[in-house]
Amino acid sequence: MPSLMEIYQMLPKTNCKKCGKATCMAFAVDLLARKINIDECTPLKEEKYRTAYEKLKEMITPVGALTETGFLVHEDKCIGCGNCVVACPVNVVADPEGTASGRAPSNDKVIIVIKDGIVRPVNIQECRRFGPNKTLCYACIDTCPTKAIEFV
Amino acid sequence: MYKGPFVCTGCALLCDDIAAEIQDNRIIRVDTACRKGVSRIKGCSSPMSCMVNGKAVDIDTAIKEAAMILKSSKHPLIFGHGNCTLETQKKTIELARKIYAHIDDTSSFCQGPLIEAILNEKLPTCTLEEVRHKADVVIFWGADPSNSHPRHLSMYSYFPRGKERQRGWEEDRTAITIDIRKSDTAALCGDKFYEIPINGDSEFINALFSALSNKVPKTSFNMDPKKILELANILKKSDFGVIFAGLGMVYSLDSLEPLLRLINKLNETSKFYLIPMVGQYNMRGFDHTLFKETGYINRVYFGREKIEHGPQHSIIELINNNVVDAALIIGSDPLASLPGEIAKKLANVPLITIDPCNNLTSQRSKVTISSALSGVECAGTAIRMDGVEVTLKQIIETDRFSDEQIIKQIMGKI
Repeated sequence: MPSLMEIYQMLPKTNCKKCGKATCMAFAVDLLARKINIDECTPLKEEKYRTAYEKLKEMITPVGALTETGFLVHEDKCIGCGNCVVACPVNVVADPEGTASGRAPSNDKVIIVIKDGIVRPVNIQECRRFGPNKTLCYACIDTCPTKAIEFV
Repeated sequence: MYKGPFVCTGCALLCDDIAAEIQDNRIIRVDTACRKGVSRIKGCSSPMSCMVNGKAVDIDTAIKEAAMILKSSKHPLIFGHGNCTLETQKKTIELARKIYAHIDDTSSFCQGPLIEAILNEKLPTCTLEEVRHKADVVIFWGADPSNSHPRHLSMYSYFPRGKERQRGWEEDRTAITIDIRKSDTAALCGDKFYEIPINGDSEFINALFSALSNKVPKTSFNMDPKKILELANILKKSDFGVIFAGLGMVYSLDSLEPLLRLINKLNETSKFYLIPMVGQYNMRGFDHTLFKETGYINRVYFGREKIEHGPQHSIIELINNNVVDAALIIGSDPLASLPGEIAKKLANVPLITIDPCNNLTSQRSKVTISSALSGVECAGTAIRMDGVEVTLKQIIETDRFSDEQIIKQIMGKI
């Protein structure tokens, strides 16, 4: 998952306002949240920013099949190792005998599972990042060896 | 139809909790398996057909031709076995005895020394279930399971909560990586990553040995002594430690002596075990089977008078010295895994390949015999990387013969 500053560094940093935002930093924030498209920054199309533009295109992958909670899996990166499934605290509580012990899920209360070699969300509304008592949990992101999971 | 649990034969972890959705005898979805396992279970992208000299033939003709080549050969070699069931391996050993063949597998140039030491009870080992329930320190040495055995960390070694490790990876377990590069596994270990230079394993073992003996560790590659002392402290305090030894470590050590010394030293203060990171799903099985029958794990020659064993009977030396005049390759792809020079020489020997899928070796073979995909199209037994026997189940039906039936038929024709 790219950081805000990483994205900002790639931008022209001229605060030209051509995208409709007040500053380049504001553009970076919206870009990270996928609220705005890279192409809306017109100066980036110039020749001198070409490498930065290409790098940004690679970093900001299209959202595609995003869940309503913002849980995003990059299918080309996911290897289906299941580290996130086993480490997820919600899965641990929901299925101590199955996923928490490293095995296949034994009930349907779990929130992420491996299907066809790729991690898929089910019941993702139960994720600790959502609901009234939300906490900023990083269990699935930190345990991913290929950085295939992000929240947008 | 949703069925399971099946056993995955994608690697030597042999995960036994796989579910599959089957429609009209075709697998359309595989659950819980990693990507490597899914591609294995879903079958070959390019299945192999029966051929003799590049022409498609029926299986009987191919088997007859294979039997002829082996019969007329003076020094045949049977190689592979990594992707075969134990039953097939028993049959190929029987065939080797019958035709006075050399028999070898990939362990002669990879994990062989470690498995030999384990079978001769020189190295203490444990099962992966014990790792899940008891291990508090796991060391990945010269191994990158995130890529080679994707479910290793999540199923057994780091993330699961075990009976005596209820708080799992957050508090109860420490994962350490010792490697020459920051691999994907090393990234998960955070600051517990020890980067050593190529061939620096034995020196690092010596430094760690000094640190364990309360001496200041010195290395020629200037690793911070404090860092090594910190590692020694973690190891000393451990209740149940496991070293997962990868090929990086095996290739770097000239002999196992430093490793044995380190394990003995560690076992003075705590309990430490070693599990080799075996690649192909039943490579360890072949070593066990041959060991049971001959007392050696690989590099065996069934001569007319006696059984011979030694480095001169390894595939590398046999090919290099032009000893072999025909080779039967089963469940392996040596042309892709051997060094270029040796592979070139092997390609000039009349080759017989028994495999479900097309590979480099099959493309250069005189005879190819297509077989059923073990663990998917036929059942059997295999030995996991930690030495535990696992029963493989059949998932779908096929009209292709299993490896075992093919070897039986070849034996009948000789």
